[in-house]
Amino acid sequence: MNSFWIATIGTSMIAFALKYTGHSVPEKFFAHPKVQAINALIPIALLSALVAVQSFTDKSKLVIDHRLAGLGAALLALILKAPFPVVVISAAIASAAAYKLL
Amino acid sequence: MSKIESTTFRDSLSVSITVGAYGIAFGAAAVANGFSVLQSCLLSLLTFSGASQFAVVGVLGAGGTALSGIATASLLGFRNGLYGVIMAPRLKVKGFKRVVAAQVTIDESTAVALGQEVRGEKAMRQGFWLTGFGVFFFWNLFTVAGALGAQAMGDIRAWGLDSAVPAAFLGLVWPRLQSTRDRILAVGAMVFALAMTPILPAGLPIIATAFIAIVVGLRA
Repeated sequence: MNSFWIATIGTSMIAFALKYTGHSVPEKFFAHPKVQAINALIPIALLSALVAVQSFTDKSKLVIDHRLAGLGAALLALILKAPFPVVVISAAIASAAAYKLL
Repeated sequence: MSKIESTTFRDSLSVSITVGAYGIAFGAAAVANGFSVLQSCLLSLLTFSGASQFAVVGVLGAGGTALSGIATASLLGFRNGLYGVIMAPRLKVKGFKRVVAAQVTIDESTAVALGQEVRGEKAMRQGFWLTGFGVFFFWNLFTVAGALGAQAMGDIRAWGLDSAVPAAFLGLVWPRLQSTRDRILAVGAMVFALAMTPILPAGLPIIATAFIAIVVGLRA
């Protein structure tokens, strides 16, 4: 079994276990404000790290390439309050254009 | 069958279609990062949590191990557990119904349910189930479309797909950046992950930023 299968099945099993556990534990268990604060901050850290790594790395090297144009377009779309699909599509168009030009 | 309030129905349906359509981006991203069409579809059916799915795909696409992909995705899936804690006393379901409720407990179903609470308990429950099933249906439908589309494309860079993935992450994190502290954390996590990329094995620079979030959260 290759790593893509392990990742697919492992992620799915834990995702369900987390959801089901939530439905089964007493409410006060997660009531602590610090738990709530950390829960709100973890997605910010992980998603931001993913933005950076997916935009500026190639294997273990730091690179600046056509993807910078895509990220810039996405950022602009978000600042202009564009809906999510527009953000993704404008990034793809800008990146594809830069890839053809460079 | 009890009557469904039209406002609840409209709210649920519009959220389901809009959010479900992101499935196209996920399906395409998954295939672009080396997952098969079948694996992409299984992730949408079984994991059914957008941010976690994008994360596992992103980590493996960047060369990370299965373990770091699973760990990153699971940290992002933790909040669904908290939604479960919030929803369980409101839904009051047991057995198989609880299994189904758990699977469709995500950002959107919880948000719509809580948003309907002003219209009463029945509207709240209907909002949860309609949105949960609605997003599930459209998310999976659009995942298939995105995965097959990406498979047909060939060189994903020529289509800009390699930028669609980080753009999707940016779109997911953007509405969460409410305070100055949030924005500093976001930039800090980006800088840290990039600085660690040449040093740590792939995938670890991403998951390591969770510890920054924990430290910031504990200090708050």
